Amino acid sequence: MLNQLRPALVLLIALTAITGLAYPLAMTGIAGAIFPAKAAGSLIERDGKVVGSSLIGQSFTGAGYFHGRPSATSAADPADAAKTVPSPYNAANSSGSNLGPTSAALAERVKGDLDALRTENPGKPVPVDLVTTSGSGLDPDISPDAALFQVPRIAKARSLPEDRVRSLVELQVQGRLFGILGEPRVNVLALNLALDGSGSK
Amino acid sequence: MTINGWIQIALFCAVVLTLARPLGGYMTRVFTGERTFLSPVLAPVERGLYRVAGIDARQEQHWLSYALAMLAFHVLGFLALYALLRFQAVLPFNPDGQSAVAPDLAFNTAASFVTNTNWQNYGGETTMSYLTQMLGLTHQNFLSAATGIALAVALVRGFSRASAATVGSFWVDLTRTTLYVLLPICVVYTLFLVSQGIPQTFGGAIEATTLEGAKQTIAVGPVASQVAIKMLGTNGGGFFNVNAAHPFENPTALANFVQIVSIFAIGAAMTNVFGRMVGDERQGWAILAAMGVLFLAGVTVVYWAESAGSPVLNGLGLTGGNMEGKEVRFGIVASALFAAVTTAASCGAVNAMHDSFTALGGMIPLINMELGEIIVGGVGAGLYGILVFVIVTIFVAGLMVGRTPEYLGKKIEAKEVKMAMLAILCLPLMMLGFTALATVVAAGLAGPANAGPHGFSEILYAFTSAAANNGSAFGGLTGNTLFYNTTLGLGMLFGRFFVIVPALAIAGSLAAKKTVPASAGTFPTHGGLFVGLLVGVILIVGGLTFFPALALGPIVEHLAGGLGQTFAAGG
Repeated sequence: MLNQLRPALVLLIALTAITGLAYPLAMTGIAGAIFPAKAAGSLIERDGKVVGSSLIGQSFTGAGYFHGRPSATSAADPADAAKTVPSPYNAANSSGSNLGPTSAALAERVKGDLDALRTENPGKPVPVDLVTTSGSGLDPDISPDAALFQVPRIAKARSLPEDRVRSLVELQVQGRLFGILGEPRVNVLALNLALDGSGSK
Repeated sequence: MTINGWIQIALFCAVVLTLARPLGGYMTRVFTGERTFLSPVLAPVERGLYRVAGIDARQEQHWLSYALAMLAFHVLGFLALYALLRFQAVLPFNPDGQSAVAPDLAFNTAASFVTNTNWQNYGGETTMSYLTQMLGLTHQNFLSAATGIALAVALVRGFSRASAATVGSFWVDLTRTTLYVLLPICVVYTLFLVSQGIPQTFGGAIEATTLEGAKQTIAVGPVASQVAIKMLGTNGGGFFNVNAAHPFENPTALANFVQIVSIFAIGAAMTNVFGRMVGDERQGWAILAAMGVLFLAGVTVVYWAESAGSPVLNGLGLTGGNMEGKEVRFGIVASALFAAVTTAASCGAVNAMHDSFTALGGMIPLINMELGEIIVGGVGAGLYGILVFVIVTIFVAGLMVGRTPEYLGKKIEAKEVKMAMLAILCLPLMMLGFTALATVVAAGLAGPANAGPHGFSEILYAFTSAAANNGSAFGGLTGNTLFYNTTLGLGMLFGRFFVIVPALAIAGSLAAKKTVPASAGTFPTHGGLFVGLLVGVILIVGGLTFFPALALGPIVEHLAGGLGQTFAAGG
């Protein structure tokens, strides 16, 4: 085995330098030159301040904004660092709920969310993505149905005609790629920025 | 289930099949030492590496030296990675100030990445410095993948050679695979991923002020370069905690599609490499067909189960399938497809939380891994895994007709069958043995987050994933404890090396044999009968071994859920 040590050691160091340093460093340089905005995280600025990333969902709770999906991310408890507290859309600690299909906690949570949404918009079926947490806890999108479901609340909170809010939503719907790949969706941050930009604040 | 969903699945299969032959042809040239279109650039680098390392590229190795070279390389790689994890706090490229990784977690992580498993008992963005992600994890992603491919090529040489003492040079196979196959594809792939929105930066986390005025800290990093190799090399270790569900690891439907294709690309092409090297491409297609049958069966069940949704939630009046733990941009079908692919291959990246899948939807990933990840499988590992099953199948076929079994002109005798069974039996021993241990000791029972049968499934999934070197998880399990770090780490090491060494022994033994010419009594191994027999043997071996454990986990959970029963944690 000893005569294998030299090739093992040399190849380990050399291939580490190539694949672990040269490759990521070179890619960072090239990617930064060709796609600077995307390489940096697709950040969105408004009035010179970073308001988020177009790819990362953020928490919306006000009645006048479209809400994203429930998020299962957490953060360290400020009172006790050994514990965690819920912190929706914590983009420094992505996480799903990991609750299984027969989890009582999941059933209770979904029931609570369903009841609240049914009170808000009675008579309409609640879109499934509005009451289920995403895999990452940072899902930037909701389904078109989930956006349309929220239109009456937004229209009321912003004193806008429902038709106008609905047409804003329809403008933001992204279809499947080539009509085949993925699912139709609405980026919540983009939609809310469009809402703020429509002079209706 | 929708028409569009089936079109997405069909498109995926078509692309993988289309790529298999050209990629297989290119890789065959690489492994046989021929010139390729990249040689003008890479050959000088390759020669330089051999000179410094004192390697004679023409000198081949006996299977035992090949195995020892591979083990020496891994021992050093393991120690280097362990040291890096322990010292990351005082090393550069650490803008977010990550501290040293604890000893048990460092052991687990080093074992995980060296074995191509990429089980992660840590959240990437909260634990690892950029240096660790690049120097430790990205580089092991390359090298563990290259090792898998090298070993498969060595085994194929066992079949293709006659009366030979050697099976190739580990050093040459490792170097050529890394330089000519993995690296060039990753360079192009990384740029594509950045064009889709995956970050590639050394800047620290970004502080944003949301529209509602809250602070949001957004973790970024050199993500794209790691994602490229983690998919292509079927490693699966994510930059972020939630892996390919994170919008920064998998931002668009197109990125998602290409990522799924890239999991299967090399593994599927390896069957073509096999066919070419043994001189009959049909032999490769037959193996790919057997894989395809098992894959389509699995993906159909996951897609059906996830579309149907959880009976408990449907009972509350919810429709539209199971979206808990899934992202809107992928929806049901792309999540189901990803889950079937990532566990069929030994990738283990996830774009949805398997823990939140329906009982039967989550059972298929388990079964895919339990069968030994031979459905396309990990790069290289899938091929040597299924060739081990082929040997058993040929043996069984020989028993049926009372002839000495032959495969590709090689007589399959007691030694090969013994080694094949050793490789096959190692996995259930690790998966079921450690699961049994964890369900009787307090430290093991402390792990699951879910109660009832789903909690058992979480434990079973963890050890199955570890021993199969997959790395995906039912993520509710708290794995970062002394017990799980140690047992899972051992499961990964045994699951990798106790399959590799018997496979290499088979390679050496076969290479030394003479080739017998085919006769009228030779069982043809490129037709439907052989494919059916191979699928049957795989299912019977897997089914008999794992059915009792599956009955205690997903199957009983499916029945309980159908009756509307739920289980409260801590109760």
